Amino acid sequence: MTIRVVLPAHLRTLAHVDGEVKLDVGAPATQRAVLDALEAGYPMLRGTIRDQVTHRRRAFVRFFACEQDLSHEAPDAPLPEAVATGAEPLLIVGAMAGGC
Amino acid sequence: MSGVRLLVGTRKGAFVLTSDGTRDRWEVGGPHFGGWEIYHLKGSPVDPNRLYASQSSSWFGQVIQRSHDGGKTWESVGNKFVYDGVPGTHLWYDGTPRPWEFARVWHLEPSLTDPDTVHAGIQDAALFRSTDGGQSWQELPGLRQHPSATVWQPGAGGMCLHTILLDPSRPGRIFVAISAAGVFRSDDAGKTWRPMNRGLRSEQIPDPTAEVGHCVHRIAMHRSRPDVLFMQKHWDVMRSDDAGESWREISGNLPTDFGFPIDVHAHEPETIYVVPIKSDSEHYLPDGKLRVYRSRTGGQEWEPLTRGLPQRDCYVNVLRDAMAVDSLDPCGVYVGTTGGQVYASADAGDSWAAIVRDLPSVVSVEAQTLP
Repeated sequence: MTIRVVLPAHLRTLAHVDGEVKLDVGAPATQRAVLDALEAGYPMLRGTIRDQVTHRRRAFVRFFACEQDLSHEAPDAPLPEAVATGAEPLLIVGAMAGGC
Repeated sequence: MSGVRLLVGTRKGAFVLTSDGTRDRWEVGGPHFGGWEIYHLKGSPVDPNRLYASQSSSWFGQVIQRSHDGGKTWESVGNKFVYDGVPGTHLWYDGTPRPWEFARVWHLEPSLTDPDTVHAGIQDAALFRSTDGGQSWQELPGLRQHPSATVWQPGAGGMCLHTILLDPSRPGRIFVAISAAGVFRSDDAGKTWRPMNRGLRSEQIPDPTAEVGHCVHRIAMHRSRPDVLFMQKHWDVMRSDDAGESWREISGNLPTDFGFPIDVHAHEPETIYVVPIKSDSEHYLPDGKLRVYRSRTGGQEWEPLTRGLPQRDCYVNVLRDAMAVDSLDPCGVYVGTTGGQVYASADAGDSWAAIVRDLPSVVSVEAQTLP
């Protein structure tokens, strides 16, 4: 299945991509499977979304889809059906913060 | 004709400033990696077009960039910095134990002989090395595993290894400086380390003359005399004539001996530069004046260099990695400020002019002298 992923601007620049990233991911589609595929296709993103050793999500990175916050879902929990079918993208978002 | 390339790291990207040997007119390239904190960039001494850059962000962590063409194009390389073994604890600001945790790369120091070998000084303080052009990184764990490391504490900016000096006359001798632990020296290419802090005095720690715990802000050497080291400490400007075995104060007539950077003239090993800062609680220039101080006597006797620098209403800071010299004749001197200005002197500090005035806050400046 093809999963659509929207990266934050800084990571699009780092990965040299415009717009959405499309990834082929085997079933079941989970956060871990999507991130594994993303990092395999774009190795420069390793460590920028999740820790390279523990695979824990970086504190200021969030995962949204279908108007839900999936950041605290288990990495191996299935993603919403609309994401798994490609109807909706998985949004990888830098946590909102102003300041410097 | 020879030229100069300045590698400027800022809070919001990297800039590459270039000039011919006159150093009159500059081209400003960038921003590269816009929006990211660029703590440091540095070129290989044996291949000046080989550059390394530390790119980081609170959101997305650490990235290392490498260029093969002097900063025109870049490629991201390895960013996996994993401490060797199970890291223990150091002390937190309140004196309680805290596990070592990687935060960012503060300083990159390419090898003097091999463009693929580069050292990285990181926060929490440790020394890493890559021998494959930055693709993979291995810790030199002897430093972090020194018995004193359990009582190292962070300075205000974090517990960072911010200075790496490679001795050109003794392969294998490395000096590093850590805030707030002090100076350490290895004579075996980083396997074992000794604290080199005798003579330092820091009133901010329980034992002011302790073996470790000193907030060393920067150390510098002239490559022709690597046993002579100069230090800007949290307070005090210091000098060692025996490769760090002992230190003596050379603050002399400076208006304040707090500051961050210190550097040495490219051709005069007894000519050194500092930028006095009012205090550790204010972190801006005294009297609203940007004055670089120069000693031509290896310390103690200092003269303010002011021509072309702002002498009123100036309250910026100059951070520890934000001073550099080129090796043209006369020697060029460069400082970058937290206000986004980069000032250049093409006459060893006698007169100055701003290359740029409105960059993001400058964290680091390195100068490359090009053939």
